[in-house]
Amino acid sequence: MLELLQYTFIQNALAAAILASIACGIIGVYVVVKKIVFITGGIAHASFGGIGLAYYLRIDPMLGVTPFSLFSALVMGTVSKKSKIPEDSAIGILWSVGMSLGIIFVYLTPGYAPNLMTYLFGNILMVPHSDLYLMLFLDAMIVATVYLFYKEFLALCFDEEFTTVQGVPTQKLYLLLLCIIALTIVVLIKVVGIILVIALLTIPATLSRKFTHNLKRMMGISIFFGTVISFIGLGLSYVLDVPSGATIILVLSFVYGLVEIGMECWNKKEKIINLYNNYI
Amino acid sequence: MEKVIEIKNVWVCYGNQVILEDVNLEIPEASGLLGIIGPNGGGKTTFLKVVLGLLKPYKGSVKLFGKPPEKSRDFVGYVPQYKRFDFDFPISVQEVVLTGRMSRAGFMKKYREEDVKAAEEALKTVEMLQYKDRQIGQLSGGQRQRVFIARALATNPKLLLLDEPNSGLDPHMQDELYRLLAKLKKEMAIIMVTHDLSAVSIYVDKIACLNRKLHYHNSKEIPVEDLEATYQCPIELIAHGIPHRVLENHNSKTSNNKP
Repeated sequence: MLELLQYTFIQNALAAAILASIACGIIGVYVVVKKIVFITGGIAHASFGGIGLAYYLRIDPMLGVTPFSLFSALVMGTVSKKSKIPEDSAIGILWSVGMSLGIIFVYLTPGYAPNLMTYLFGNILMVPHSDLYLMLFLDAMIVATVYLFYKEFLALCFDEEFTTVQGVPTQKLYLLLLCIIALTIVVLIKVVGIILVIALLTIPATLSRKFTHNLKRMMGISIFFGTVISFIGLGLSYVLDVPSGATIILVLSFVYGLVEIGMECWNKKEKIINLYNNYI
Repeated sequence: MEKVIEIKNVWVCYGNQVILEDVNLEIPEASGLLGIIGPNGGGKTTFLKVVLGLLKPYKGSVKLFGKPPEKSRDFVGYVPQYKRFDFDFPISVQEVVLTGRMSRAGFMKKYREEDVKAAEEALKTVEMLQYKDRQIGQLSGGQRQRVFIARALATNPKLLLLDEPNSGLDPHMQDELYRLLAKLKKEMAIIMVTHDLSAVSIYVDKIACLNRKLHYHNSKEIPVEDLEATYQCPIELIAHGIPHRVLENHNSKTSNNKP
């Protein structure tokens, strides 16, 4: 299997997996602890509108999806907080509006829409060099933003109201967080596609939570799990000849299940040993 | 010295419903403990939000230290309702308290040496310094409450606001909390809101009743009529050692709970 590493597309796939794991490892932690999984899913799905628009305008879909997902993050963040209807309803509406726009644009585009499936379900084996550079650039932006705003983001996620009382412009900060979530989604699209992005943003972070109570360490552990598991998933999908994105996510879920069950059993065992020791 | 709080004719409405009606309150000095009691849904949290500047009143004016609330946040410490939190959150005691130094440290900057010192000082005041590296969920209810008080103290407030600080605490822990507040009230004005009448302990200097309207007489005595107007039912105060002190009978017709 090692001879596979000579192929450029395999090298690119591995690089993409690492870059994606960095983005989702860091940002996934915020998505999980701030409990904004649903709005993140909304931004991801709505950005399909950007892909449709790019097809219609005949530009690179990655270039279409980046501004569009940023735009939908801003709209969702503002509307969900300011509107009179409940937040989850507002997100649900915007979610489907974005997707519908995408469908209409693709339909209006004359001729066949090549690689549409790649954006919906991802294909890590088809990441060109240019996309890798875009991903690298976005990763750098994400890391820089989190570095600069680490203390503010932590306070925002833990207690938004208190942070406001501290004089921090929390609404703007929240929009900034949603924007870097949007950038992360763009990074992840090539790997697992719009439909499955949410899995990469939730599973590694939830998994890492089992091992630490420190936000920074959670990010490190998420990146580690993300990278290792996407390599395994990539290998499996090659061997079994099944789609890579879905395989990565199934492996992730499988590992999560194992850890969950393993920890449960471990805790029970400890309890029984304690009971036994106390009994003696 | 400016007055700590000056609230004049404040009205708050939500839709067609009046939450606060013509509320007036004045606290001249930065010391003493004011207890505000009132039933659930009586507008206690709304009142605190108005004082914090999180909610704009429909009518009337709120001034803290002579300025609007948004401009005087450096002097105000806030201990929110305890139930709101996710105690699984990956954050340590020290990190929680440090968020109280946010505005002093400055936007987009790391916490400085003096912020860490101030946080540790605040933790020492509430006797929680030895737990500073614990995750917040690994503490007992009373300990967590102390951590949130420490976070408010880390801002060096002249006014401390507490929203139902006694809920979820057993009597022993409540007593410890009040003793802590009694210590703190020498250096700052404290306002504590609660729906629990028995919380109005001997440590409270002044009492107000809030149920849409604020009944306040700048004293520790509440006329029975005020209490009944607040709770809208006959009230019998049965708290250890305090009924005679809290209730002043204006006339003999009102219920009398002397033994």
